[in-house]
Amino acid sequence: MKPNGMTTYALDGTGAEVQAIEFAYVRSPDQGAAQPVHHPIVVVGAGPVGLSLAIDLAQRGQPVVLLDNDHRLSAGSRAICFAKRTLEIWDRLGVGQRMVDKGVSWNLGKVFFHDEQVYQFDLLPEVGHERPAFINLQQYYAEAYLVERALQLPNIDLRWDNTVNAVETREDGALLTIDTPDGSYRIDAAWAAACDGSRSGMRRMMGLESKGRIFHDRFLIADVKMKADFPAERWFWFDPPFHPNHSVLLHMQPDNVWRIDFQLGWDADPEEEKKPEKIIPRVRALLGHDADFEMEWASVYTFACQRMDRFVHGRVVFAGDSAHGVSPFGARGANSGVQDAENLAWKLDWLLKGYAGPELLASYGPEREYAADENLRNSTRATDFITPKSEISRLFRDAALELAREHPFARRIVNSGRLSVPATLHDSRLNTPDQDAFAGTQVPGAVLLDAPVIRAEKLSWLLRELGPDFTLLVFGAAPAWATDLPHVKTILMGTDLVDAQGLAAQRLDARPGSAYLIRPDQHVCARWRAPTEAAVRAALATASAVPA
Amino acid sequence: MLNTQPNLEACDDFYEALITAHLGLSTDESHAMNARLVLLLANHIGDSAVLRHAMLLARRGMVESSLRDSSQK
Repeated sequence: MKPNGMTTYALDGTGAEVQAIEFAYVRSPDQGAAQPVHHPIVVVGAGPVGLSLAIDLAQRGQPVVLLDNDHRLSAGSRAICFAKRTLEIWDRLGVGQRMVDKGVSWNLGKVFFHDEQVYQFDLLPEVGHERPAFINLQQYYAEAYLVERALQLPNIDLRWDNTVNAVETREDGALLTIDTPDGSYRIDAAWAAACDGSRSGMRRMMGLESKGRIFHDRFLIADVKMKADFPAERWFWFDPPFHPNHSVLLHMQPDNVWRIDFQLGWDADPEEEKKPEKIIPRVRALLGHDADFEMEWASVYTFACQRMDRFVHGRVVFAGDSAHGVSPFGARGANSGVQDAENLAWKLDWLLKGYAGPELLASYGPEREYAADENLRNSTRATDFITPKSEISRLFRDAALELAREHPFARRIVNSGRLSVPATLHDSRLNTPDQDAFAGTQVPGAVLLDAPVIRAEKLSWLLRELGPDFTLLVFGAAPAWATDLPHVKTILMGTDLVDAQGLAAQRLDARPGSAYLIRPDQHVCARWRAPTEAAVRAALATASAVPA
Repeated sequence: MLNTQPNLEACDDFYEALITAHLGLSTDESHAMNARLVLLLANHIGDSAVLRHAMLLARRGMVESSLRDSSQK
């Protein structure tokens, strides 16, 4: 049954069209059932994280009920920077190209201090990767393309205007009470994923907290549509004359829309600051008095750097902003949430298919808590640099900025947000520690780096060639046993794929006979110079948390 | 490891130069100059363990309560 299949929406429309879409609430047969209907997986929240999780699970063959408390896409553009890893995950989900086609990229960044540019940098992309380091794209477009994909998958049951208002956790599931325009009903979920954002209702209803550091500062986002051409660059001002004692960030989005982010300070009145008569003079002071622009969207926000102590609570698993919150500097919110989703999807799938036990699902907690700590550390550091919390902190910040005019070393200290990169899960219990020596970054726990490859005389990319479950990447001839490992796609580099520019071997420090075992979420979990069947089978058992 | 053995080529010359470098600066300007000096020297040293050790020694004897306040996450 697919109630959503009846209606078509302009999900490939313009920004205004996409934001105007109202998804139809459709009464589910579950609502008339005498007893709560059982579902193996319920995902709560159809934002970028919940949608990615639902699509991943559905592609793996799992039926998913996806609930959203609203019937619209993201209001305003919100998250705008989607990093390489997110694009690679979305490639696996069939929407990466869509995002890249619509998104924009900048390479030139300029940093200003007071009234002068102190330096500029060019993010020359490293060659030999299919995807750029990031794209800028309004969140409503990202969600539109994800919804479009979700609607193509018959085993996703996407229910708009379905608000969970009570959760009763049990040993073998969670009983969800859901409010709809037709009144409330209940679902008996074997597993529930709470992807319901920073003010997670699931978290609150379960009496759980996300704790950490709250920043006493307010920021104004103004998205403005420029009428004339404007350079495709990212500009960051520390303490500019047009906005003294605070920071300002300007960067581009598709459709000639520019994001301007003004630090306002804690005493600013959010209601007052949201008024166009307050915003327009600020934007004019920055762009010049003859600048021709239209306001698209504005919002005043605060943020906290915080996380839940644990992301797995019995049969309820938290992912994305519900589990952890970061400052926007460094684009680690939506990006880390999509990585949560990818980490969770295969583990839940394997558990439900009986390939692995609850220990595999349990490993989602420590792996993503570790990644959240790394993201929190990075975003907290950027925040402290951008908005110094003490006189001495400001003194050193200004010293670094002054030195940055002349000295390259100081430019590396200047921190207006570090680009989101996936965490290397060094301490994961799914890793098999190295016995052999390898150089480079591709240690167990790292996400596999992409490389251009040739399959059947056609250009392809290494990440696209990986299997849906595990992949054994062998450089050279295949050992006889390598072809019938369970749930493993064996790829022979040199036979199945040609390492077009030698970049795969270089990035993996591979020699003839070297082999890498890659998880379904494309993390390296083991590697050898000369693998044996016993070693590979043991590593597979370790990586699926199955006793060997 | 941080070298705390006598290592300055010309100790008195260095000290005089340091004080002279601050001549004519207001206290605020001197603080700013010191901050730049710390960053320049830290980059020259490079080694994280040495820098951490120096911070620890420089801080020694300061009140413990303020340490807790400032390192609070």
